[in-house]
Amino acid sequence: MSDTQETEDVRVIYDPVVETPTSYGREPADAHPPLDYPPYKSTQLRHPKEPLIYLPQQVTEITGPQLGRGVSVLGELDNDLTKQKQGMPIGERITVSGRVFDTEGKPIRNTLVEIWQANAAGRYQHRWDRWEAPLDPNFHGAGRTVTDDQGRYSFTTIKPGPYPWGNHYNAWRPAHIHFSLMGRAFTQRLVTQMYFPGDPFFPYDPIFNSVRDEKARERMISAFDIHATVPNFSAAYTWDIYLRGPGATPFEEAF
Amino acid sequence: MPAPEPVMTVFPTTPSQTVGPYFAIGLVGPPWPDAALAVPEGAPGAIRIGGMVYDGAGVEIPDHIVEVWGADPEGRFADLHGYGGPSEHEGFRGFARSGDEDGDGSWSVLTLKPGPVPGLGGTTQAPHLDVSVFARGMLHRVVTRIYFADEEEANAADPVLRTVPAERRHTLLAQPVDGGYEIDIHVQGPNETVFFAV
Ligand SMILES: [Fe+3]
Repeated sequence: MSDTQETEDVRVIYDPVVETPTSYGREPADAHPPLDYPPYKSTQLRHPKEPLIYLPQQVTEITGPQLGRGVSVLGELDNDLTKQKQGMPIGERITVSGRVFDTEGKPIRNTLVEIWQANAAGRYQHRWDRWEAPLDPNFHGAGRTVTDDQGRYSFTTIKPGPYPWGNHYNAWRPAHIHFSLMGRAFTQRLVTQMYFPGDPFFPYDPIFNSVRDEKARERMISAFDIHATVPNFSAAYTWDIYLRGPGATPFEEAF
Repeated sequence: MPAPEPVMTVFPTTPSQTVGPYFAIGLVGPPWPDAALAVPEGAPGAIRIGGMVYDGAGVEIPDHIVEVWGADPEGRFADLHGYGGPSEHEGFRGFARSGDEDGDGSWSVLTLKPGPVPGLGGTTQAPHLDVSVFARGMLHRVVTRIYFADEEEANAADPVLRTVPAERRHTLLAQPVDGGYEIDIHVQGPNETVFFAV
């Protein structure tokens, strides 16, 4: 690629057509889990005890990295976790797809979606994961993509297995895929986990249950979708993600 | 100033969950080797900003991510929606992500020192970076800002710093060191960093 082309690519990531709100709505207190949540033991020393200070949203908060196509290493196979190594990974091949919206239902396009997950046996390819389940040489477990004009994303991967962890006696994580969303403003940034319908571990997992509202918990569970399955290839789960939307007051008038 | 009421929305947001201990698989390292560079290595004016992340017992948090977002020296962002058009610094991404892969609790990013940017009600904000901190054991990100200790005059007039109790402001001030700035993040404890609700 020539220098000129690289420069043009970088310009492409600015998307002047997107309507960008001048402020983002404040969320209800129970929209996200509390930082201090004793059933998840590691929160104990890792939550601030002082109250958060209200920060009126200004230019730094309503802008955000326009990484979209500008991510330097977004490769063609980045959204197919089954083709990143020599051979086919073991496990149930699935398609995970959906759309990224704001709270008004407007699609968020050209935004970076990153995922990472355990393999079919519930083991992460990470040196800190010491669980005695097999590693799969054909599965790394990371994917990235950029949403299209309708806010759509899609990954081909392997259904991750549940895995034990040390939070309490006989603690297990329900099967999940970690998701990272950039949105289009600093304020919209979200890291979360996608779960699978009907997981028997749900009632016992403090991380899942740290979201206190049942309806909110349901928003983290994907749906099996027969229409999205690819015949003779993959089962399909769909999951839509909602990031913060426009607030009531344009920031210039907030004072 | 009181925070505005939460807005009633048609579609509630997807809840946050912890980044967990194994994020390096997907968020840093092989998938994104230059994640910690908001400007390319060797860019004119590039500075290194970093420090440690500590828990409430004063112990390093090895499995953390620190992300920064900020303006360029002219106060322009790598985004059309700032003031005065997007940054014209070549390769300036404005965003950097440091995930601690060495496991010693340290973080470090390479960026340009931001300039002042307009604030609410005709004020001017002192040079600053917006910061998100994620970690295992944190169910939601925490947000803070980094200001620069050698910008005393600008800091004194900053509309956000002025809302922070004077005795806690120092937790937001990065100290000049060789080649950049240093600031530790204390998630909890006697030196707890000031965190913001955005
Ligand atoms: Fe996990």
